[in-house]
Amino acid sequence: MQTLRTAMPMNVESPQTASQIGNRPVAIDMRDLSLTFETADAPVVALSKVNLQVKAGEFVSLIGPSGCGKTTLMRVMADLERPTGGKITVNGLSPEQARLARAYGYVFQAPALYPWRSVRRNLMLPLEIMGVPREERETRAAQYLDMVGLKDFANKFPWQLSGGMQQRVSIARALSFEPKLLLMDEPFGALDEITRDHLNEQLLRLWEHTQKTVIFVTHSIPEAVFLSSRIVVMSPRPGRILEVIDCDLPAKRTLDVRETPQFLDIAHRVRLALRAGHSYDN
Amino acid sequence: MTTEALTRPVGLAATFGHLREGTALPVTVVLLVTIVAWYLGAIWLNSGLVEQKFEQTDKSATTAEFIDMAWSLDRPVLPAPHQVAIEFYDSVFTRDVTSPRSLVYHAYVTGSAAVVGFIFGTLLGIVLAVGIVSWRTLDRSLLPWIIASQTVPILAIAPMIIVVLGNVGLTGLMPKAVISMYLCFFPITIGMVKGLRSPDPLQLDLMRTYSANRNQVFWKLRWPASVAFLFTSLKVAIAISLVGAIVGELPTGAQAGLGARLLSGSYYGQTVQIWSALFMAALLGMALVAVVELAERLTLRRMGARP
Repeated sequence: MQTLRTAMPMNVESPQTASQIGNRPVAIDMRDLSLTFETADAPVVALSKVNLQVKAGEFVSLIGPSGCGKTTLMRVMADLERPTGGKITVNGLSPEQARLARAYGYVFQAPALYPWRSVRRNLMLPLEIMGVPREERETRAAQYLDMVGLKDFANKFPWQLSGGMQQRVSIARALSFEPKLLLMDEPFGALDEITRDHLNEQLLRLWEHTQKTVIFVTHSIPEAVFLSSRIVVMSPRPGRILEVIDCDLPAKRTLDVRETPQFLDIAHRVRLALRAGHSYDN
Repeated sequence: MTTEALTRPVGLAATFGHLREGTALPVTVVLLVTIVAWYLGAIWLNSGLVEQKFEQTDKSATTAEFIDMAWSLDRPVLPAPHQVAIEFYDSVFTRDVTSPRSLVYHAYVTGSAAVVGFIFGTLLGIVLAVGIVSWRTLDRSLLPWIIASQTVPILAIAPMIIVVLGNVGLTGLMPKAVISMYLCFFPITIGMVKGLRSPDPLQLDLMRTYSANRNQVFWKLRWPASVAFLFTSLKVAIAISLVGAIVGELPTGAQAGLGARLLSGSYYGQTVQIWSALFMAALLGMALVAVVELAERLTLRRMGARP
């Protein structure tokens, strides 16, 4: 497995701490956000009175069982769904304005690569759409393919890559136009645990070095605890936020951190919160 | 993965490889059975004519003479395979290509009309599909008419098209091409509508996150996604385009073309001539489809299709 190497020098950023993040501007601000889907039989309340503020440079995980609205919440941030109540701003703009300003990169559950484009041309797709000149497109594609350790696969087609490689391409594609905000919807959900561990570690390095704001949907507790600076625990019917847990593990953590008491303690708190909100009775 | 891909034969080589390995035997068997059945059928269907001949000359025939006669009549009900083969060979290889006695000439006349009609039909089909996919009103208003257009028998419409176009001075190739177009835009439209709508919600959402405009979504997503569908439709279209061109030659008593050849053959009871023209039409159809298939393989390989 090759690494998600950072193309930047190693000393650009100092490790982030909770206090540093505290002074930063708010990237995403949600107040009493609600979304109800009108269906044929009964309206489904996907989100109910969600309040959440995400500061620039934070890594926030949304965790919860299936149907708790975590993907919907992220789709609202991306202007892929319209809320039916409440307010939301992304970088001070409405989600639609933010989308039109190409403020975020979205990584879907599936790689969503276009099968008729080579890896390199898949990476260049957003750049073509955004009107980046040709040479610049080529440079950026090469740079970000190198970052995810796939520069030898530039001219392969998606089907020639493993699932993990495809997802790395899709991450590189989301980074290629250098958005400040990265929205990731269970990007590693379909991968085996070993690949997932590797990509988790690489994503963490990437975040440390690029200072992007990351919203990350998952239903894996260890993944959430390992990656996040904050964990948002959600619950279904109606989709709502149960608890927000600060996750102040040391910066520059490696996978070994998962054996420490501090890690296990946070994981335990997340598990308790999930249990409190989730009953199988109804 | 890479070594496997390198050692695997690609393209045409692979096609012939398959023939050698698996299908040669069954194909030969089917061919032999067909030929034997054809010869037997020729004896059975021509027996009436043969009996008449022997009655006229007041001679009785042995079985061998009877069969021999059944397989060598001038104007048989069903000519024997070798008669068709000889006629086919003569009219393809021994005649001047520009002479009206050459089947190559007739194939060229019909084939060029079919190809022109196919090109027009493809363009029309694509334009209609793009319209239907892009505008809701066109989807509702156009599709019923398109389907209705195909329920009318082409044999009923062909003479009218030829008469109308003849009145405005279009004769020869154009009326036939128009009939071909009329037949072959339909599978293109249906296939392309399906193809242009084939991108899944995820692929469309991705475009939305980039704030792509309609043109970009079309050219970077819908169009490339529809190419595989287009080629499937093109193969159907080129075959029926040939049918259209032949049908277009029937009602006018055209002087040249495979349809004209079929028609004059049936006027004069020249069944051998009809059959060899039919074979020429079949070969021409196969050749046209093969050309489209080749274009398909080359295009889709460039678009990353698995070998």
